[in-house]
Amino acid sequence: MSEAMQSVKFKIYRFNPEVDAKPYMQEYELNIPANQDMMLLEAILRIKAMDDSLAFRRSCREGVCGSDGMNINGRNGLACVTLLSSLKQPIELRPLPGLPVIRDLIVDMTAFFKQYEKIKPYLINNEPLPTKERLQSPAERKKLDGLYECILCACCSTSCPSFWWNPDKFVGPAGLLQAYRFIADSRDTATAERLEALTDPFSVFRCRGVMNCVEVCPKGLNPTRAIGHIRSELLAEGN
Amino acid sequence: MTLATYTFDAIIIGAGGAGMRAALALAESGSQVALVSKVFPTRSHTVSAQGGITCALGNVHPDDWRWHMYDTVKGSDYIGDQDCIEYMCEVGPQVVYELEHMGLPFSRLDNGRIYQRPFGGQSKDFGGEQAARTCAAADRTGHALLHTLYQRNIAEKTNVFSEWYALDLVKATDGQGFAGILAIHIETGETVLMRARAIIFATGGAGRIYQSTTNALINTGDGIGMAIRAGLPIQDIEMWQFHPTGIAGAGVLVTEGCRGEGGYLINKDGERFMERYAPHAKDLASRDVVARAMSLELRAGNGYDINGVKCVKLKLDHLGADLINSRLPGIRELSITFAGVDPIREPIPVVPTCHYMMGGIPTNRLGQVVTVDYKGNDQVLEGLYAVGECACVSVHGANRLGGNSLLDLVVFGRAAGLDVKEKLHELPLKDVGDAEIEAALSRLNRWDNAREGESVSQIRFEMQKTMQEDFGVFRTGEHMQEGLDKLLQLQQRLHHAAFQDHSRVFNTSRIEALELDNLMATALATAHAAIYRTESRGAHSREDFPKRDDANWLTHTVYHGESHRMSKRAVNMKPLHMKPFEPKERVY
Repeated sequence: MSEAMQSVKFKIYRFNPEVDAKPYMQEYELNIPANQDMMLLEAILRIKAMDDSLAFRRSCREGVCGSDGMNINGRNGLACVTLLSSLKQPIELRPLPGLPVIRDLIVDMTAFFKQYEKIKPYLINNEPLPTKERLQSPAERKKLDGLYECILCACCSTSCPSFWWNPDKFVGPAGLLQAYRFIADSRDTATAERLEALTDPFSVFRCRGVMNCVEVCPKGLNPTRAIGHIRSELLAEGN
Repeated sequence: MTLATYTFDAIIIGAGGAGMRAALALAESGSQVALVSKVFPTRSHTVSAQGGITCALGNVHPDDWRWHMYDTVKGSDYIGDQDCIEYMCEVGPQVVYELEHMGLPFSRLDNGRIYQRPFGGQSKDFGGEQAARTCAAADRTGHALLHTLYQRNIAEKTNVFSEWYALDLVKATDGQGFAGILAIHIETGETVLMRARAIIFATGGAGRIYQSTTNALINTGDGIGMAIRAGLPIQDIEMWQFHPTGIAGAGVLVTEGCRGEGGYLINKDGERFMERYAPHAKDLASRDVVARAMSLELRAGNGYDINGVKCVKLKLDHLGADLINSRLPGIRELSITFAGVDPIREPIPVVPTCHYMMGGIPTNRLGQVVTVDYKGNDQVLEGLYAVGECACVSVHGANRLGGNSLLDLVVFGRAAGLDVKEKLHELPLKDVGDAEIEAALSRLNRWDNAREGESVSQIRFEMQKTMQEDFGVFRTGEHMQEGLDKLLQLQQRLHHAAFQDHSRVFNTSRIEALELDNLMATALATAHAAIYRTESRGAHSREDFPKRDDANWLTHTVYHGESHRMSKRAVNMKPLHMKPFEPKERVY
């Protein structure tokens, strides 16, 4: 006797610039055992085994590398940590919004990474190096929790209307989360410069508190809160 | 053949921990470096490392790098090279302090120093009490390390070729070594020639040769495949580590740090069975020991059955919510997502899962690739380096200790980068001709012209199934021979396989086909080496040869891909400062 099966329906955004004049949605059906659940990424990998022209990024398949951010039924998320059973069918998959599409579910993330690089995402400390580690108390270290865990998947920034409008000027939630990660680090001595670089009307102040970033972050991080801290520090500095 | 040609001083292939550390070592040299990676750097598999990086800082108790060296030699089941292990353990604290200075957000002790946790196989005073030696950033140490290295590379303005796929080495016209590599720009599909005075392989592991693995989908043994096609030897490739705690069904890693923090394994009767197998170290015995004990428990019918998957469980709930949330938050998240279990309340179902390739491209202490001549003597290949998981230095021998992989990455990534920096002025830029380029292109051309044939995914699936069934935790000559026969047939089928999508832009099917060539080469090397070594040592457990045989096999194995020939290479037993650790029975 054959196992009871279920059919899962998908509509996936397709665009190959060599072939397609414009993007379209392609329907797929995947048959899996009726009692089986799986991560969305696994389902897409099975679709790719049937149609090898479907293109998407993937690497760790456990939610830590940030490769497979996509728009899933209208909400940004990682395919590898999203259960099929949590999704209404047909499951609509689109590339992350607001960035140029290279092909299918793959977007050009240049603008996103440029904003990340702009905030100088590295520790700055010009004091002489100790022979051993710099000391940091557990309480000081705790301030980095909820900040350093970012995986640069871009789910947050590409769900943010302010980033859609000004991807060249507004740093966006991911970049600002990292900006605060270094401002908050007791070992970093460049807080004043970091804040100074964010005083223009766009970098931070374009955040309108929509909080889509908090809503979609697959790591449960809170960029809006980090942005709030940066604003408070800017105001405290009298900027 | 006219290909766009780029010229650099050095090319680093792979932007995980080892590749990015090498890039940093070269950054201050003012030389032109290309860091070539098939994924954006922070998508590299180093990001998945959890528990920590081991070295004798002595932050929790008095410690000594010599004790760490002893543990690593013993853990390797005595086929780790003692000069290299000595170097790694001695320089370890310095490279970890460097990471801290770069900004790595280590967890902290109350006195502000780097937090260190107990890990498997780590002892005080040459085999005494359990040591706490593994430096951690909660249970996200690999993520923290990889992002920190990438951030430093941004600061140093490293020239990153992100989403470029290294196809093959290109031989020099004079037959002396290699002139460069061919690489595909994935976004456009264009193939280019990259020439350089020095080439560093940092291509990572190949865990995807197995069906069940903790490894990322990108871990396809690209460096191993390239090395074999270039005629380079591969060392100790039979040595595959099965991590005791992969989440049953999903394969996702659960760090050994869970047991370091006080968690332990139970069978279906709730028994802490490691007390029977390793009375002294118990759950913190070496990984090969724990994985074998688990397999024996499952074989004896002492496992749980979860939807047809036999497993044991990892108990953490007695540690309390505070400890789990502060020290193991990532594990809690993974367990809830992939096992549907909150470890604060329930134990996590786990099985031994393919995790790490101890073998690889043989190198010396500087990361230079070494070949073996007909007399069995080492020959150093000037200008060619391998670092990280794709290399076999060897500091892990037959079994790697937890926390030693991140250390290996940064110690030897740095060493290779520094060595290239020092020698760059004397390394020539070699000439390359059409014949060499055509030779390196032939494999790509075969794939690009194939329209009809079996699919890549089908052959990959059968290869993974064969490796899983015939080259797992326990091995026998008979099953391995059957497995090898299947692999040889699969390799023949692979020569006639095809993908359907022949477009240029971001064609991931084309990349997957090229990756499968590398996986298959790695699987075949594994099979030949595993059949060759007729003893049990470290991760290589043969039921037909259950004992370690030092008289015949206290040696590296070397696989020569062109003829599938196997040979031996001496283990280095001559540390520079220490007296050698002589082989003795390995008890935990």
